[in-house]
Amino acid sequence: MEYFLQQLINGVTLGSIYGLIAIGYTMVYGIIGMINFAHGDIFMIGAFSGLIVIVGLGALGLGSAGGLIVVAIIGAMIVAAAYGWALERIAYRPLRGSFRLAALISAIGMSILLQNYVQLAQGARVKPLQPMIEGGFVLMQKGDFTVNLSYLQIIIVGTTIALMTGFSLLIAKTSIGRSQRACEQDMKMAALLGLDVNRTISLTFMMGAALAAVAGMMFLIYYGVIDFFIGFLVGIKAFTAAVLGGIGSLPGAMLGGLLIGLIETFWSGYFTVEYKDVAAFAILVLVLIFRPTGLLGRPEVEKV
Amino acid sequence: MAEIDYIAQAKESAIAALVGLALTVPIVGLRTDSSGPDGMTIDVRMLDAVLLAIGIGVGHFMVNLARGLLQQRRRAAKPAIARAANLKSVAYFLGAGALVFGLVLPGLPFADRYVMDVGTLVLTYVMLGWGLNIVVGLAGLLDLGYVAFYAVGAYSYALIASHFGWSFWVCLPLAGAFAAFFGIILGFPVLRLRGDYLAIVTLGFGEIIRVILLNWYDFTGGPDGMSRIPRPDFFGLPFARSSPDGATFHEFFGLEFSSMHRIIFLYYLIFALALLTNVFTLRIRRLPVGRAWEALREDEIACRSLGVNPTNTKLTAFAIGAMFGGFAGAFFATRQGFISPESFTFIESAVILAIVVLGGMGSQIGVVLAAILLIGGTEIFRDLAEYRMLAFGAAMVAIMVWKPRGLLSNREPTVRLGPKPGAGS
Repeated sequence: MEYFLQQLINGVTLGSIYGLIAIGYTMVYGIIGMINFAHGDIFMIGAFSGLIVIVGLGALGLGSAGGLIVVAIIGAMIVAAAYGWALERIAYRPLRGSFRLAALISAIGMSILLQNYVQLAQGARVKPLQPMIEGGFVLMQKGDFTVNLSYLQIIIVGTTIALMTGFSLLIAKTSIGRSQRACEQDMKMAALLGLDVNRTISLTFMMGAALAAVAGMMFLIYYGVIDFFIGFLVGIKAFTAAVLGGIGSLPGAMLGGLLIGLIETFWSGYFTVEYKDVAAFAILVLVLIFRPTGLLGRPEVEKV
Repeated sequence: MAEIDYIAQAKESAIAALVGLALTVPIVGLRTDSSGPDGMTIDVRMLDAVLLAIGIGVGHFMVNLARGLLQQRRRAAKPAIARAANLKSVAYFLGAGALVFGLVLPGLPFADRYVMDVGTLVLTYVMLGWGLNIVVGLAGLLDLGYVAFYAVGAYSYALIASHFGWSFWVCLPLAGAFAAFFGIILGFPVLRLRGDYLAIVTLGFGEIIRVILLNWYDFTGGPDGMSRIPRPDFFGLPFARSSPDGATFHEFFGLEFSSMHRIIFLYYLIFALALLTNVFTLRIRRLPVGRAWEALREDEIACRSLGVNPTNTKLTAFAIGAMFGGFAGAFFATRQGFISPESFTFIESAVILAIVVLGGMGSQIGVVLAAILLIGGTEIFRDLAEYRMLAFGAAMVAIMVWKPRGLLSNREPTVRLGPKPGAGS
């Protein structure tokens, strides 16, 4: 029971990180119908930007831990959004409306490019970071085993919930969200009605990138090490989460992220750590066999 | 003829450079350094960032200039149909030329060990590209985990050959059969999925295979891989200086012993295997099943209503594509003599898919061109080790933006109603 509770807490934390990244995949997929393969690398760039801000300001002796993290998150969001914008402008916009696989190859190329770019610019070694926030609550104690809920986990889950709420409101209530939903439904019609489609798509990429940057920051302070390669596996898991929840659906992305996080932690907790990725992908295959459009996805009706 | 407005372009490029500066300053200009004694420090390298941004601006200007000039030329170019016919004959001669060149390459004076190794590597990717082309180019199924079948082939060969000591020629078909079997196992549950869902599931499958290979110590050797995989022999004649049981290759043919014999033999082996894949693809496109693949790629609903069974058709494409991947894997294992899960990462799948798409989907000679460009090109730049993959990624993006349908994108219809356009009166 105690063990279960601890795994649950860890799983929800991990799931929040996946969920935030999955939103970027799902939004881009919803609007332009392509897998933004380089999204995981934007997450990685976000983590690096956060690290640079923390180390840089720390060297100048500015700020407390809490303030540093807030500034780093904002800095990471700005840098990642800039990269997201440039990514769309360079690799995807010229290919919009052309052959679908072309955009996918371009995205994979961009992913390889970004990974090696960061490797060259920041070095190939793993970057460690001292734990910035320590301590937490002890929820339960039985013998030697304690169930911990660290402040860090509370911050991660809390930030995720706040961002999700804000983001859902943004999509549902504001004019930016309305134009995004309009583009998602029918891009041509939206353009005919005077909507700036290019601007909307750029904005979508930037928002997705900013959310991924927050996830990157959380990854950085939760695990304490990053390198240029983290974007790949985390990105794939987040994409799996988006597909699991039903791609194109925002609540689906969140749900999928949570599920993948939980599956992974429980699998490593109760079975073997080595096969946790296998478990996540196997669940994905199972879900897709029975619900081909994911858990919360709209069924695709094909008209002839 | 419209003049090119240099001033406006220069302004645009300056803006691009400024944007580039905003991107490079945080990531390139501030390098985090963890090698120092007191934790992490920041190493400021603004000059690099500024130079890179200037490079972006100049590159932007040149690309735009080239694009403008090309557009001017294109207006004066031949009509599209004549160009297509032209392209077809060019592709034909290119194919014949490549075939002859491939055949005589080992005899050419500059063909030393290094050239032969690169040639063998390129041919391996050509074969993988042709194998994947059956799945992606003909049947239109997006497979991001092709490397799984390559891995299955390589490990099947390695395991069978080292445990039972069977010869390469017995193990090769077995490796292909195992890979095809895995293709069917994977294909059966997931082929109902479409497009990107299929892509992500195949990607997951590739990762699953890799993780299993990595962790199943007593069977696959885990991360240490498998070494001392038997090398191939020339129909029973081993390539060795001397052999305890019977004649070796050089003794049998009365030649001086040379380590090049095996390398040249391996080259011709993959050459033959790749050609086999090519001929098979070209022939099967004429058969009902090949036509069903292409029809399915174009319109699944129309196919269903005409009585084509989509599941069986897709399964054959998957199995056959996987089989060729397995052959290539067996070849890889016997050539290297050592395999480990390291060789079968997602990036390999991406490279093979990139070769297919960059070459122009469904174009056989396009795959050869793309393989030479990507694999041969990066081999040439091996000295620039760190920048090699950077350039690789950039080339993928650039080629796609420049020619979204691939280098040789002209697709000849397999079945045609009426006379050829431009051929009759």
